[in-house]
Amino acid sequence: MAEAYDIIIVGGGIVGCMVARYLSRYKLDVLLIEKEADVCTGASAANTAIVHAGYDPMPGSLKAKLNVAGNAMWDTLAGELNFAFDRRGDYVVAIGDEELAHLQCLLEQGKKNGVPGIHIISGEEMRNREPEINPSVSGALWAPTGGICDPFGVTIAAAENAIQNGVKVYLETAFEAFIMDGKRIIGVRTNRGDFYCRWVINAAGLYADMVMHKAGIYPEFVIKPRRGEYCVLDQADITVRNVLFPVPSKASKGIMVTATVHGNALVGPNSNFIEDKDDCSVTRAGLDEIWHGARKLIPSLDTRHVIAMYAGLRACGNAPCRTPGVDYRQDFIVEVAEEVSGLINLAGIESPGLTSAPAIALRVVEMLLEAGERLEEKKDWQPIRPPRPRFRHLPREEQLRLIREDSRYGRIICRCEMVTEGEIVAEIHAPIPAKTYDAIKRRTWLGTGRCQGSFDMPRVVDILSRELGMSPFEISKRGGSSRFLLCTTKEVNHED
Amino acid sequence: MKIKQKYDVVVIGSGPGGLAAAIAAKKTGCDDVLVIERDIELGGILLQCIHNGFGLEILKQDLPGPSYAQRFVSEALGLGVETLLDAMVLDVSPQRRIFATSRKGGLYDIEARSIVLAMGCRERTRSQIRLPGPRPAGVFTAGTAQRWVNVEGYMPGRRFVVLGSGDIGMIMARRLTLEGAKVERVVEIMPYLNGLMRNYVQCLLDYDIPLQLRHTVNRIIGNHRVEAVEIVAVNDRWEPISGTEEIVPCDTLLLSVGLIPENELSRKAGVLLDPLTGGPFVDDHFQTNVPGIFAAGNVVHVYDLVDWVTEAGYIAGRSAAAFAIELRRWENRHMPLVAGENVRYVVPHELDRESLTMGAVRIQLRVKQPIESPVVVELRNGEDVLVKKGEPYARPGEMITLTIPSKVYDLVQKASVLSVHVVQR
Ligand SMILES: Cc1cc2nc3c(=O)[nH]c(=O)nc-3n(C[C@H](O)[C@H](O)[C@H](O)COP(=O)(O)OP(=O)(O)OC[C@H]3O[C@@H](n4cnc5c(N)ncnc54)[C@H](O)[C@@H]3O)c2cc1C
Ligand SMILES: Cc1cc2nc3c(=O)[nH]c(=O)nc-3n(C[C@H](O)[C@H](O)[C@H](O)COP(=O)(O)OP(=O)(O)OC[C@H]3O[C@@H](n4cnc5c(N)ncnc54)[C@H](O)[C@@H]3O)c2cc1C
Repeated sequence: MAEAYDIIIVGGGIVGCMVARYLSRYKLDVLLIEKEADVCTGASAANTAIVHAGYDPMPGSLKAKLNVAGNAMWDTLAGELNFAFDRRGDYVVAIGDEELAHLQCLLEQGKKNGVPGIHIISGEEMRNREPEINPSVSGALWAPTGGICDPFGVTIAAAENAIQNGVKVYLETAFEAFIMDGKRIIGVRTNRGDFYCRWVINAAGLYADMVMHKAGIYPEFVIKPRRGEYCVLDQADITVRNVLFPVPSKASKGIMVTATVHGNALVGPNSNFIEDKDDCSVTRAGLDEIWHGARKLIPSLDTRHVIAMYAGLRACGNAPCRTPGVDYRQDFIVEVAEEVSGLINLAGIESPGLTSAPAIALRVVEMLLEAGERLEEKKDWQPIRPPRPRFRHLPREEQLRLIREDSRYGRIICRCEMVTEGEIVAEIHAPIPAKTYDAIKRRTWLGTGRCQGSFDMPRVVDILSRELGMSPFEISKRGGSSRFLLCTTKEVNHED
Repeated sequence: MKIKQKYDVVVIGSGPGGLAAAIAAKKTGCDDVLVIERDIELGGILLQCIHNGFGLEILKQDLPGPSYAQRFVSEALGLGVETLLDAMVLDVSPQRRIFATSRKGGLYDIEARSIVLAMGCRERTRSQIRLPGPRPAGVFTAGTAQRWVNVEGYMPGRRFVVLGSGDIGMIMARRLTLEGAKVERVVEIMPYLNGLMRNYVQCLLDYDIPLQLRHTVNRIIGNHRVEAVEIVAVNDRWEPISGTEEIVPCDTLLLSVGLIPENELSRKAGVLLDPLTGGPFVDDHFQTNVPGIFAAGNVVHVYDLVDWVTEAGYIAGRSAAAFAIELRRWENRHMPLVAGENVRYVVPHELDRESLTMGAVRIQLRVKQPIESPVVVELRNGEDVLVKKGEPYARPGEMITLTIPSKVYDLVQKASVLSVHVVQR
């Protein structure tokens, strides 16, 4: 007998995981399926990590509404789920007098969107607040509700909290097709067999269009990947304390320079359409482009301080805004499908999707109620996801206590970020077991420092193989064929 | 072994630099010398360098890395150097306090009279050379591969391309070939070899591994595991020349693109770094800008030969020892002067032993109870009376002065505390 659920969520990015978390409050059988070996590997894993204030989206759009609503939810969420979030405010920086006029437009747009507390500050004030800023700064828009977060932390915490409350998560399980009964969806077909359900929530990110097309709806809706590339700079070499946007272009919010919750500086992203939905390559031209853009804001940035590079793909859709009179053709789709029953589409969720995710999840609950679902709250719903200790952030006495309780916290595995064996083992045995190198990296921040894992990699492979009872040859970077080791020495035959 | 609270010299890192420093510190006369090492055994990077070529300069012998290291490990242990293994130093303060953590012993908080930083170096990574492409498994630094192959016995690939003609890259190209893998080529962006000529001949030429100068890897291909790399010729400004791209299938790209001194701890201790070498500014004693903190080996700058690292370690160790010995002399000069029988207080509270070499020292005191008959004022070391003096009476309102003459210098040296007493005659 195939397993049956009330609701199946397709996609374990921030949107899917947040939906799972909000649905876990109700007496429902919920399954989340994710095609990769971990949650949070798509856009949610490679973005700018900004909790946007909301002055940027077109007034009247769903993006604008969900951005501002989502933004307001982050303090409570961070308190409940225990992830890194810092509402330190953000700036849009105008360089030279021509750009100054744009700030006024953004200010008005922000007011229309209902963004609290925004105002324009002088160039001099901006220089005081960020000493490294381009001295030709002419003014800046200051949005005190902007923030930065750890996007892995958020997504993983949401998924764990959902699991705590009874949601099931199946990894390496890819949606392939719907099982239909006429116009009614009754289940999904996956690479791991069939699962039945009454509702499917499509949170498949870049592939949300494919999921819709499989249901035979929205043939005109297509998602194109729009790539954004980044460089991370070593915290020892450069300190940027603020979140600095340039004046936006038509295509994107522009190449910014921002602090991260981990204390590094991040520069990027550019914005280029590509063909392949799996191509997260960083390119030479792209690096030059973001570097050029970043130097416009902070001229003292030095390429020698780059410690990491990555790229993320925005799920850029072509959905028209539903609000009458608003001419905007790249809005989020957050709606119950009309042509088939039992499908909710969350599609075209590009920026500010991270910020909006909790509001999108709440909207899903509302839509289910509107569709006649009688959602009954669980009495024992647990909104708190307890944090796991992070050795490097603890005071000495706490570190000592931890080592006394479990001596593995005394062994440092990642020398740059000071991650201990105890933390790694805890993640391997967590509600969503971290079974790959990247899964451990995303959770503990190991291997993200100056040496980029060249020290910890053999040690982590060793720990994973020991804890999972697997051969070291089965341990991979991120599942599938991404294995580290191929055979023992003297055993190679390169002709095979 | 019990780790003490305080050491003359603490050496951080047990590679050839650290071992030489510890040996020299002992030989210079320090009693308490400790080496802290994060690995489970002494020797540093040499333990994974199983090829020979070490020791030609200072031992006049051609040894593999582990044998070279073993000489110094044996010597250090023979001299009574203490070790703390499997322990990571987390923090060093400018006041020379060291915090370390280990699985067995928990957190350590150790004071050092002087410190030798000998943390070695680390390899430059893919991001530091801004190598484009996706991020599959199979891009490793040559040193990581060296550890897997030489220490753990695993092969991280079957078909390799090596980027960079550094020594570790060339040595690994040979090792991998010996282990049965195919090394397609070594690619170097500069018009000249980066490592030693000797390694080019013995590691590449002898094994028919092609070296391509003025070429680089333009991008990596493969989403999960490396499938190929695109190699391209570069012009005089190191820019790719279009039209020269060539796709070379392989499953692994090894990077041998330079070493950087490892100075996270040095920064925490307030040590200033030279942006050119990546290591601390040092004087000819290998002392950094922070008094009492010395540095030796690849933590200072990257040497070609381990023999020179050892030599540098000797100098740093000797200098650190001299600093510690001098400091110890100052530390032990002062001893407490305490109030004994019927004495309310005595000033000074401490006596500098060396002061007696300059002349007599006068001390002053008041009694607790009046004694209206002749008394003796005595300076004692335990029961031994070193100085005494008679007074007709003793009254709390009238201060008593006692002079310690130079001639008791030797007796004072033996004491760890001196007391003053006023008793009835
Ligand atoms: C460059 C860049 C910068 C950004 N910056 C910001 C920012 O600063 N602030 C902000 O608010 N937003 C930002 N965003 C937007 C934000 O990252 C996204 O909106 C958000 O992460 C989308 O989440 P998601 O869950 O919809 O998508 P994803 O995280 O992509 O998750 C979709 C998941 O579905 C899975 N999936 C796909 N197909 C299937 C299938 N067939 N079966 C099972 N699973 C499947 C995928 O593997 C993936 O894990 C940025 C985006 C990018 C790309
Ligand atoms: C990966 C790699 C491979 C190399 N291969 C070769 C080679 O094949 N041939 C060659 O001639 N040279 C090689 N070198 C160069 C090598 O560094 C030097 O030749 C020599 O080993 C330098 O000696 P050292 O004492 O300065 O440093 P190392 O030998 O590197 O010793 C430093 C020691 O400090 C320890 N340490 C560092 N930080 C801490 C801390 N916070 N707490 C506790 N302990 C710490 C390290 O574990 C290490 O044992 C290699 C270097 C690297 C990085």
